[in-house]
Amino acid sequence: MAADIQAPPLREYPTIPVIVENTMADSKPYMATPAHQESLGYPGELVDNWQDVAVKKLGELVSGSRALQVFLDTCVKCGACTDKCHYYLGTQDPNNMPVARQDLLRKVYRRYYTFAGKHFPKLVGAVDFDEEVRDQWYSYFHQCSQCRRCSVFCPYGIDTAEISMAGREILDVIGVGQKYCNEILGKVHVIGNNLGLPEPALVNTLEGLEEDIKDDTGVDVRVPVDEKNADVLLITPSADFFAEPHIDGLIGYAKVFHQAGISWTLSSYASEAANFSMFIGSKDNLKKVAMRIRDAALDLGVKRIVVGECGHAWRVAYNFWNTLIGPFDFLDPRYPAPQHICEVTYDLIQRGALRLNKEANDHRRITFHDSCNVARASRMGNMPGGQFLIPREIIKACANHFHDMSPETIHENTFCCGGGGGLLTDDLMKLRVRGALPRMEALAQVVQDNDVNTLIAICAICKTQFAKVLPYYKFQMDMITSLHQIVGDAIELDTTH
Amino acid sequence: MALDVGGKSVETDEEGYLTNRDDWDEEVAKAIAVAEGLDMSNNHWDVVNFLREYYEEYQIAPAVRVLTKAIGKKLGKDKGNSKYLYELFPYGPAKQACKIAGLPKPTGCV
Repeated sequence: MAADIQAPPLREYPTIPVIVENTMADSKPYMATPAHQESLGYPGELVDNWQDVAVKKLGELVSGSRALQVFLDTCVKCGACTDKCHYYLGTQDPNNMPVARQDLLRKVYRRYYTFAGKHFPKLVGAVDFDEEVRDQWYSYFHQCSQCRRCSVFCPYGIDTAEISMAGREILDVIGVGQKYCNEILGKVHVIGNNLGLPEPALVNTLEGLEEDIKDDTGVDVRVPVDEKNADVLLITPSADFFAEPHIDGLIGYAKVFHQAGISWTLSSYASEAANFSMFIGSKDNLKKVAMRIRDAALDLGVKRIVVGECGHAWRVAYNFWNTLIGPFDFLDPRYPAPQHICEVTYDLIQRGALRLNKEANDHRRITFHDSCNVARASRMGNMPGGQFLIPREIIKACANHFHDMSPETIHENTFCCGGGGGLLTDDLMKLRVRGALPRMEALAQVVQDNDVNTLIAICAICKTQFAKVLPYYKFQMDMITSLHQIVGDAIELDTTH
Repeated sequence: MALDVGGKSVETDEEGYLTNRDDWDEEVAKAIAVAEGLDMSNNHWDVVNFLREYYEEYQIAPAVRVLTKAIGKKLGKDKGNSKYLYELFPYGPAKQACKIAGLPKPTGCV
C-alpha cells in the first residue's frame, strides 16, 4: 500500500457527493516512450502539426462510426448520468461526470464539425483543440474505465466508453500515448502476451503447476501447452500464469477439463486473452492481436476455442472476433465459437458431468462481482441475462453460502472495480483506490449483514485491482478469489483419465 | 530520473526501475531498497537473488507460485507463501522485489 493514498470513508447510506472542482486534474498516467508508440504504428512523440492531425482524425472517426456521431450529437444534458460513474462518486471531480467527460471531446467536435460551432462557437460551448484541452483529454480520458455503467442510465444510450476510446486514439495518432497500454501491446505483438512471458518460462511455470496439483490432490492433472490436435484451445489472460488469485483459477480450468475428459491446450504463440487495443480504440491493433488466436487455432488443429476469466477479452471475443478473425468454419459447429469457460463449466454441471463437493467451500461466504465488460457488453449461454445467471449458478453448485450485493450494484448496474479500461497501473493508484469506493461500500454491506469473506470475480483486471485496493478499505487482500478456484476446490477428481 | 548510489548516478525510469540492467550491483539494490523504505535482511536477499537467477535463465521474473515454491524450499515451508513475501515486500513481491533486483517491472493485469 502506498502511504500517501487514503481511501475515502465508507458511507452507511451512499449519497450523491458534492462537487469539488479539479480534485483529479493532476491525475495523469505516464506517457508512452517513442519505442512504445512506434511499435504500434504511432508517432514516437508529439507531432508538429498535432492540432491539424487531431482534428482530421476526429473527423475520420466520426464519419466512420454512426454510433460515435449520434453520441456526440444527441446529449440533452438531462443529468441522468452525473452520479453514475464510480470515479465521480469516489473523487467528486465534476469532470468525472460522464456528461462532462463526453463534453471534453464534444466541444472540439462542435467547433470543427458543426455549423453552429464553426460560426458561433461561444454560443454552443465549442472550443479549439489547444494545449489546455489536449492536457484535459489526457487526464480525464484516462479516468474512464470504459465500464459503460453511465450508458445504462442515459435515456439516449450514449456510451462514454466509445468517446474515451476515440479520445485516446486521437491522442495516440498525435504522439501522446499512455505507457501502460502501449508498452503492453508492444509485448503482445512480439512475445504473445501482456507479461512478455516467453515460451520457456511459460512451459516451466505450467510444469510447476502440474506438480503442485499432483502434490495437492494425488492426481495427474495436465496443464498442456502447444499440443496439436487437442479439442480445445484455451485463451486466457497471462495473469492466470503469473499472479494470485488468478493462477488458482487456471488450476480450476485444468481440473474441469480433466474431470470432463476434454483434451485441451494452451498456446505459447497466443498466450493472452487480453486485447488492450480496445482500450485505446485502435482497430488495427485489435485485429493484429486477435489474429494470433486464429493462427494458433489453425496451427494446432483444435475444434473449439474457449476463453478464460478475462472481462474485456470476452467482450472482444464475443462481439468482435467473428468479424475480426472469422469465419470460424474450421471449428466444431456444435459448440459456440468462441465459448466462455463459465459456459463450459455450467454445461458440464447441468449434464452431471462434474462431481462437486459443496462442503469443500464451506469456509467461504461468497459474493460475486459482475465484471463490467461481461455484464454490459456481452452474454453467456443462450438466454438473456445468462452472463449474470451462469457464474452465480456455478457458485451455487460449488458452495453453500452465497449472498448477492445490493441490486443497484450488480448485474447490468454493476460498479467497475476501479481499475478497468487500461487504468490498472501503479501511476493511477489514487484514482483506482477512490474509484473502488462504490464497490467497496456494497461489499461492506454484505460483509456486515452476511459475514461474507470471499469476493469472486471472473476478470484478471478486477482480481488484481481488488487485491491491491481491498487493504485500503481495511479488507483482507485474499478475499478476492477466482471463480474457477472454488470450482477446482469442489471438484472430486477421477484418477482414471 | 536518476538514483544516487555512493556519489554515482544510476539512471531509472519514472517509477524507479533501472533503465539498464547492467547497472545493478548490491549497492544499487540497497539504495533502491532505502528509497522504498525497506531494510534488506538475508531473507530479502534470498528473494532478490532468486529473482535474478530466474531472470537470467528465462528473461522474465518468476510467477508468484514459482517464487513462493522456491522460497519455501530455501527458507522453510512456513515462508513459502505470498503472505510472507508481502511481509518482506509490502508493495508486492513481484513489483517491489523486481525493482530492487534491477529487473523490469512485470506488466499486464498483475
